[in-house]
Amino acid sequence: MSSEHIVPLRVYWGVFISLLVLTVVTTGIAYVDLGRFNLVVALAIAMFKATLVILFFMHVKYSTKLTKTIVASGFLFFVVLVFFTMTDLLTRNITAPGR
Amino acid sequence: MQPVRELRLLSSHTSAITLRHHFETADQQKEVSTLGMWTFLVTEVMFFGGLFMAYIAYRHAYPVAFAAASQKLNIPLGGINTLVLICSSMTMAMGVHSAALGKKKALITFLILTMLLGGVFLGIKGFEYHDKFVHHEVPGPNFQFEGADPQHASLYFALYFGLTGLHASHMIIGFVILVLLIVQASKNKYSAAWHTPVEMFGLYWHFVDIVWIFLFPLLYLIDPKK
Repeated sequence: MSSEHIVPLRVYWGVFISLLVLTVVTTGIAYVDLGRFNLVVALAIAMFKATLVILFFMHVKYSTKLTKTIVASGFLFFVVLVFFTMTDLLTRNITAPGR
Repeated sequence: MQPVRELRLLSSHTSAITLRHHFETADQQKEVSTLGMWTFLVTEVMFFGGLFMAYIAYRHAYPVAFAAASQKLNIPLGGINTLVLICSSMTMAMGVHSAALGKKKALITFLILTMLLGGVFLGIKGFEYHDKFVHHEVPGPNFQFEGADPQHASLYFALYFGLTGLHASHMIIGFVILVLLIVQASKNKYSAAWHTPVEMFGLYWHFVDIVWIFLFPLLYLIDPKK
């Protein structure tokens, strides 16, 4: 078995075109007032684009489970950082009932 | 496993660098490089992550100032830079692809294209930075901001320069490594059997692209003027 995986060129072209189109889409949607969902949509598009790059350009889709685990751990720990910081920041003004 | 090792060495046309003696197979050697590179990139996620966390916390605290300050950025230039960086990721992926097929000329062409696109990105970024200095939008004693909450708008610009500056410094380092890769490639250092540096650098370059994929909407597109 060889770890050398030649990804078909049409996969690269598909990812490339998707990334270009999604960049235009994310810029266009920013001008539409969706309230707080503007941020949600922008982040969803960015995460989808990042996933395309990681899976195909960075070959993670074709890599071993060990590599996939390392990759996932990086983003997991960023989520941990944001989660615990925001649980603090978002709850500072909340006081116990009766106080 | 000894016969396998000898077979691998004999089958390659490059120097003994193809397989180091402490590895059993070329696959194992490649896997170790990939894991090491990803471990580095995971530390990079946390390196940028700290700044992203600061951005999240302060944007949450001062949404009005961040929206007002964000409008000072040039969306067309930021958008063009996003497209330029995506193109450079594509040429980098094509470069790795060419290296894996042992196509030296194509590899060098794609590496040069990647370098040029990286240069275009840095040029546009430099123009944008210059614009910020001219308009006194750099945090510090000369900072001027007409709009709501100038004090916290300054905080936005501090994060803008921190995040894009750290990103641009990664681009500059990438630019230098690309020059080295082009020199090595022209000296026939890489083959279909062994081109690990090209592949590992590809991971780095794509990672820098991913950072920008998040920076563009978060910095430029907070609340654009209709």
